Amino acid sequence: MNSKKWPLFEVFVRSKNGLSHKHVGSLHAADPNMALENARDVYCRRNEGVSIWVVPSNHITASDPGDAEELYEPAKDKIYRHPTFYTIPDEIGHM
Amino acid sequence: MSPNQSFDLCLRMGDNALILGQRLSEWCGHGPILEQDIALTNISLDLMGQARLWLSLAGQVEGQGRDEDRLAFFRDASEFRHLNLCEQPNGHWGTTILRQFLFDAFHLTLLEQLCKVEDEQISGIALKSVKEVRYHLRWSSEWVIRLGDGTPESHLKMEEALRDVWPYAGEALQPNSLDEQLEMHAAPYNLNQVSELWWSTVQNVFSQANLEAPARTWAPQKGREGIHTERLGFILAEMQFLPRAYPDAQW
Amino acid sequence: MERADLQRLFDSKIEQEIRIEPKDWMPEAYRKTNLRQISQHAHSEIVGMLPEANWITRAPSLRRKVALLAKVQDEAGHGLYLYSAAETLGSSRDEMMDDLNSGKAKYSSIFNYPTLNWADIGAIGWLVDGAAITNQVALCRTSYGPYARAMVRICKEESFHQRQGYEIMMSMAFGTTEQKAMAQDALNRWWWPALMMFGPNDSDSVHSKQSLDWKIKRFSNDDLRQEFVDKSIPQVEYLGLTLPDPDLKWNEERGHYDFGPIDWDEFYRVVSGNGPCNKERLEARNNAHNNGAWVREAALAFAEKRQVNVA
Repeated sequence: MNSKKWPLFEVFVRSKNGLSHKHVGSLHAADPNMALENARDVYCRRNEGVSIWVVPSNHITASDPGDAEELYEPAKDKIYRHPTFYTIPDEIGHM
Repeated sequence: MSPNQSFDLCLRMGDNALILGQRLSEWCGHGPILEQDIALTNISLDLMGQARLWLSLAGQVEGQGRDEDRLAFFRDASEFRHLNLCEQPNGHWGTTILRQFLFDAFHLTLLEQLCKVEDEQISGIALKSVKEVRYHLRWSSEWVIRLGDGTPESHLKMEEALRDVWPYAGEALQPNSLDEQLEMHAAPYNLNQVSELWWSTVQNVFSQANLEAPARTWAPQKGREGIHTERLGFILAEMQFLPRAYPDAQW
Repeated sequence: MERADLQRLFDSKIEQEIRIEPKDWMPEAYRKTNLRQISQHAHSEIVGMLPEANWITRAPSLRRKVALLAKVQDEAGHGLYLYSAAETLGSSRDEMMDDLNSGKAKYSSIFNYPTLNWADIGAIGWLVDGAAITNQVALCRTSYGPYARAMVRICKEESFHQRQGYEIMMSMAFGTTEQKAMAQDALNRWWWPALMMFGPNDSDSVHSKQSLDWKIKRFSNDDLRQEFVDKSIPQVEYLGLTLPDPDLKWNEERGHYDFGPIDWDEFYRVVSGNGPCNKERLEARNNAHNNGAWVREAALAFAEKRQVNVA
């Protein structure tokens, strides 16, 4: 049993131009180039992607759900960031 | 290109893809890691897809009502026109990789030429296939390098693979009468050019893999003329059993 | 946050159908249960490749060959999505593989049955994938986020699997006398194991209640099994085949089909390692893993060399 392991990579795919990359899952590869090729083979078999990003999982820094209050709560109060807060007369058309 | 030449060429291309695709499919479920199982199966699927196109065109050109299945399942060994390289056993992962690389380096260059021939049916299939095969060559080259320059064990295994597979590598590059005719009637088909490009690709990848290409000479192989190795009989026995056992059946 | 608050937050998420994500607090038992279920599901996918992969080289037409190859490849992919989801719960691919290869981890017992004729490939696609779909659609709303997302992806890919299987059954059932006999033979052998895929009766299932409470499982074993039976009978009738169940009959009062008793002895025998192909399946997985060790090591060694050179 070899103790050395193929690292885990997270995979992000942009399914078509105009959209953002979306996290689709993870896979193991020996190096970033192999990870990219594996991602194409695993996640884009049905023409689901124009662009792929792979990132070693241990390079991702994630927020702690416990910090949710400080990070996210204040934003919920600032409703003026949402378009529905403003009333635009109908004559102006879609804005 | 005359219909005969077109038929023979389509059979060669189709049989290479079919037999090699069949060999690769034997790995399904048994690869060294899940991701690579998927990768190799993709290559097998690409090749089978190409085989279907080439064999369908062959049947069409022949004009005797034989379709892709009739050609795949009802010809005996001596009627197959693939390179003997394609029917060699999978061996270990390194053998499969090396066989693949030596084939891809030839296949890509040949397809690039076929993309430009006047016959649109042939160039059409070539144009579709060349994109896939570009990826095959990239994938197999990387693996040759990875295994050649990996661990001492993997290096030894690649040397072993080289001894097993190299004797079959040269057939693709040795012109026979069909190649000579195609050179005359299907520009830019030119086996010498394919051979030179193949050799430089092989040397480039081998040097990165710390592998040494054996001599550039080979005992003749005549797979393209229907004289195969003992391997083919077993491949066909497995592949063709059902349609031959039940010739009236539709599947 | 206090432990009691965390538990309350967790419980309210479950109640409100808010997904639990990898770094959220969760009861240890919830984490373990999900890990067990997801990894078992992943193992089932990759062991499930083997009975079907048997027939790739013998597929009777090129179209059937590529469809089967693509299907089996999808199963590898499904295994991969699920291992990927399981890894977010604190396990690793290597650990899970070791558990599978050592016989410690379970996988769906259906894959311990042999594929004996080409119609088995049809029966598997139709019934085994069919049963899996019945289960999987429900799992798209499972409470653990990564598992639910993997299931959505899997469900999208799964529908061609069942159609491919049923199409094969149709060619066989409507084909020559020999083909029809093969189809009936396959159905006779796969029907009961397919019903066993839904697991023991709810009254006998150890994990069921907790899994339902935590919305890991959305419907009971018996409910899903009944749904599957009701869906399949018209499909069997269309093929002109018969089911190996003399007790099968429509129950007007219940609005469902009554069916015969399942041989739970067989189920437990197969699940505990004594089925027709358990040994071969494990052997195949162990061989692949062991024979591939030098490949995995070489790839890592190469990657490390190149990193050093670049730095």
